[in-house]
Amino acid sequence: MNQALIDLGDYVAAALPAEAAETRVACGELAVWTGPQSIIKLLTFLRDDQNCQFKQLMDVTAVDFPERDPRFEVVYNLLSLKHNQRIRVKVPADEEMQIPSATQVFSAAQWFEREVWDMYGLFFSDHPDLRRILTDYGFEGHPLRKDFPLTGYVEVRYDEDSKRVVYEPVKLPQEFRSFDFTSPWEGMLRLPGDEKAQEADEADKPEGA
Amino acid sequence: MGVETPSKTQAPLPPGPEQDAILRRVTGELQEKGFIVASVDKAAAWAQTGSMWPMSFGLACCAIEMMHTACSRYDLDRFGIVFRPSPRQSDLMIVAGTLTNKMAPALRRVYDQMAEPRWVLSMGSCANGGGYYHYSYSVVRGCDRVVPVDVYVPGCPPTAEALLYGILQLHKKIRREAGIGPS
Repeated sequence: MNQALIDLGDYVAAALPAEAAETRVACGELAVWTGPQSIIKLLTFLRDDQNCQFKQLMDVTAVDFPERDPRFEVVYNLLSLKHNQRIRVKVPADEEMQIPSATQVFSAAQWFEREVWDMYGLFFSDHPDLRRILTDYGFEGHPLRKDFPLTGYVEVRYDEDSKRVVYEPVKLPQEFRSFDFTSPWEGMLRLPGDEKAQEADEADKPEGA
Repeated sequence: MGVETPSKTQAPLPPGPEQDAILRRVTGELQEKGFIVASVDKAAAWAQTGSMWPMSFGLACCAIEMMHTACSRYDLDRFGIVFRPSPRQSDLMIVAGTLTNKMAPALRRVYDQMAEPRWVLSMGSCANGGGYYHYSYSVVRGCDRVVPVDVYVPGCPPTAEALLYGILQLHKKIRREAGIGPS
């Protein structure tokens, strides 16, 4: 199965050497890196070519790597029913960059790209209807970015004498606590006394050796 | 009514043949005509609890358990509970599921459209206090921030039996507060 993926990766890289910048097979999955200017050509090729025939766009998402530059990576997951194969196309992107919309290739990309815009703030050019899809109507911010706090900013609301629901700054009575659920038998590989044991070994060695 | 009520200016009769005569007349009348005289409060409470029509506000997974309660095993229809699609025709609102920020104005509007007397039952931990998504940026931490709640049913989701128990608790609350009037 891996060999089929490697062959597919080589085939794509050979057919579009300028567009497919890098292909990699890892954990039984094939990923192809490309740039925003060549994404449409690559997706069209993957959809139409006889050996690929990735007719189904399963998902369009983005990933935020805050320490990288460019910061985001748009990920397209494709499925070929004919060849029973999956492929992933990744496009490194930035907030200022304009990624061409994949709706001209797959019409399913319309709502997926709306979600990416809503959650990450990545702009898709030539998109027929790029507006928010999941967040609240007057929501400011892009929630799935790594610098957006879990609880949000001005996101507490209740009804009061103004007879409407109002927005207020967040006031948490108990802050978010993350628990360490790893069992002591599996989680703690370095027990508290280990540092001292290592120092004792090194202190003994020159004397003993 | 056909019964000549005794004059109220007389003092209460001591036990004796006259008292017996009056008592026999009253009980005889009951046996004859079958009248039941009860307090209006209790009658109102019986009517309200006996035919409580919820406006199902199934938002998320708790709605499935609400459906379970309404279906054959924990049949809600035998309690007179039929789910109405319109708030104008219902007197109970079961908030079943996570209330998000986007949904909160709609929830308030639906609650305002219900006619008095109306009750709210908060079902599941998300509706009680934000639940599993308490720390999220887009979740209202408890539907009681938006509507006044009468009964909270804990659980994630509460079992169908637990929801039924909550509805019966609401019945008890209605009977208890029958004479107090609308809040």
